[in-house]
Amino acid sequence: MKLVIGIVRPEKANDVLESLYRADVRGVSMSRVQGHGGELERVETYRGTTVQMGLAEKVRFEIAVSDEFVQPTVEALCEGARTGEVGDGKIFVVPLEQAVRIRTGDTDMGAVTPVDK
Amino acid sequence: MLSAVAEIDTGDTAWMLVATALVLMMTPALGLFYAGLVRSKNTLNTFMMCIGAIAVAAVTWAAVGYSIAFDGDGSLIGGLGNAFLNGVDFAPRDGTTIPELLFMAFQATFCIITVALVSGAVVERMRFGAFLVFAALWSVLVYAVLAHWAFGGGWLQAGGTLDFAGGIPVEMGSGFSALAAALVVGARKDYGRQALLPHNAMYVLLGAGLLWFGWFGFNGGSGFSTGDASVLAFVNTLLTPACTLLVWFALDLIRGRKVTAIGAATAIIVGCVAITPAGGFISPGWAMLLGALAALPSYAIIVWRTRTRVDETLDVLAAHGLAGFTGILFIGLFAELAWNGVSDGLFYGNAAQLGDQALAALVTPIYAFVATFILLKLIGAVMPLRASEREEGVGMDVVQHGEEAYVTGEGAILITTEAGVDTERLVSDPG
Repeated sequence: MKLVIGIVRPEKANDVLESLYRADVRGVSMSRVQGHGGELERVETYRGTTVQMGLAEKVRFEIAVSDEFVQPTVEALCEGARTGEVGDGKIFVVPLEQAVRIRTGDTDMGAVTPVDK
Repeated sequence: MLSAVAEIDTGDTAWMLVATALVLMMTPALGLFYAGLVRSKNTLNTFMMCIGAIAVAAVTWAAVGYSIAFDGDGSLIGGLGNAFLNGVDFAPRDGTTIPELLFMAFQATFCIITVALVSGAVVERMRFGAFLVFAALWSVLVYAVLAHWAFGGGWLQAGGTLDFAGGIPVEMGSGFSALAAALVVGARKDYGRQALLPHNAMYVLLGAGLLWFGWFGFNGGSGFSTGDASVLAFVNTLLTPACTLLVWFALDLIRGRKVTAIGAATAIIVGCVAITPAGGFISPGWAMLLGALAALPSYAIIVWRTRTRVDETLDVLAAHGLAGFTGILFIGLFAELAWNGVSDGLFYGNAAQLGDQALAALVTPIYAFVATFILLKLIGAVMPLRASEREEGVGMDVVQHGEEAYVTGEGAILITTEAGVDTERLVSDPG
């Protein structure tokens, strides 16, 4: 069981959701974050004040999956989020100790497998 | 009016000064309305198209637009006698009791908002520079020509077509041009694939409210006086949109079981548009019926359009083109000599008036659509009309203007020093 964390461009978030759906990955949470990963910074000017925006808007996906779903999930994230330019984001896969479905108390495999499957 | 010695009337002039300011305010109000309807990453760009319309159309109007619309009574276009405001001064404009200079400014604000209206078809992907070029040419080649036909003594007006405040040049002119613009520029890259939702319904409501407020100057000023026609148009501008709102509520209820706020904002626009051509020609009672009826075609087209591949993004055709069409035809049915002192419609025994109105309702859409289509194709041959897919994804605010509407300032590093821009710290290009 792993937690897959994908940090992607906000404008690609819908594409990621679409490719995750196609890969049969259900159970996703996403949040808006700001970050910096070495991409070129954009310069903006407000009434003569020029600033370099050091942090870029990103969307962070968190997806808890059983082991056989790790690879499809990572592939779906890459496929949905890639533009080929600097700033496409990162994926982190981390081990997951335990998962609990609050409604039923199901744990682990039972908890990360959507009920509609 | 054939009065040999026309004189300036101070009351009329005072009202027209106010009305002109009211109509100018409608363009930033439209900016709010439009900006609320787009996604947050395109807020500033959408508003800036309206600001750009003020900048460009005010200048083109003073340069040649006013002259083409209002110099002489040529059949198709006016002359160039008033180009660069030559001879436009404090003497009364023929047929009015206000200075021609003020008449010119009042008409300028109409040209400005019409150009801004068309932008609603192409927001979220058209390049700002290309839009400014389009605005300059369109304001002269399409708006000024239609204004001449309807107001400046051109063939429609000479033939008896009635248009009180701009159903022909403003409403049908913008609506059918918007359709052409949407077809030439093309749909947004995610149109029909992803939900592209309004990002701030409050802007939409506030914008609609300010537009309605400004419309009292738009319609109420189109009599160029404080006379009966102006009062009638002013009052109809209150009654018609109210009826449109009620019918729109009912349509929303039938269709989705809820009355929507953005639907209400749209209804206000549709009602104001419908009464624009008819304001000074029909009785308040008929004006209320017009408001109720005008909701139906516009509502139907908005529902239908979103299921098509035509990304006429902010429904200028439905809200302006179609509602203007309804209003123009309605004059032919219910104009009443007893109220307007000009002409009766079919309902009062003058079938010819309906024919005159139908002619305008047929010809205006064709001219607006074809001229805009060709104009944008030509501009597109010289410069790219739209931003790249990547830029569209990032958003037009950052790409076109280097600003964001809702910037937090977190992570922003100051690179302007007292000596100017610190190029040492400037490591990259925008984007």
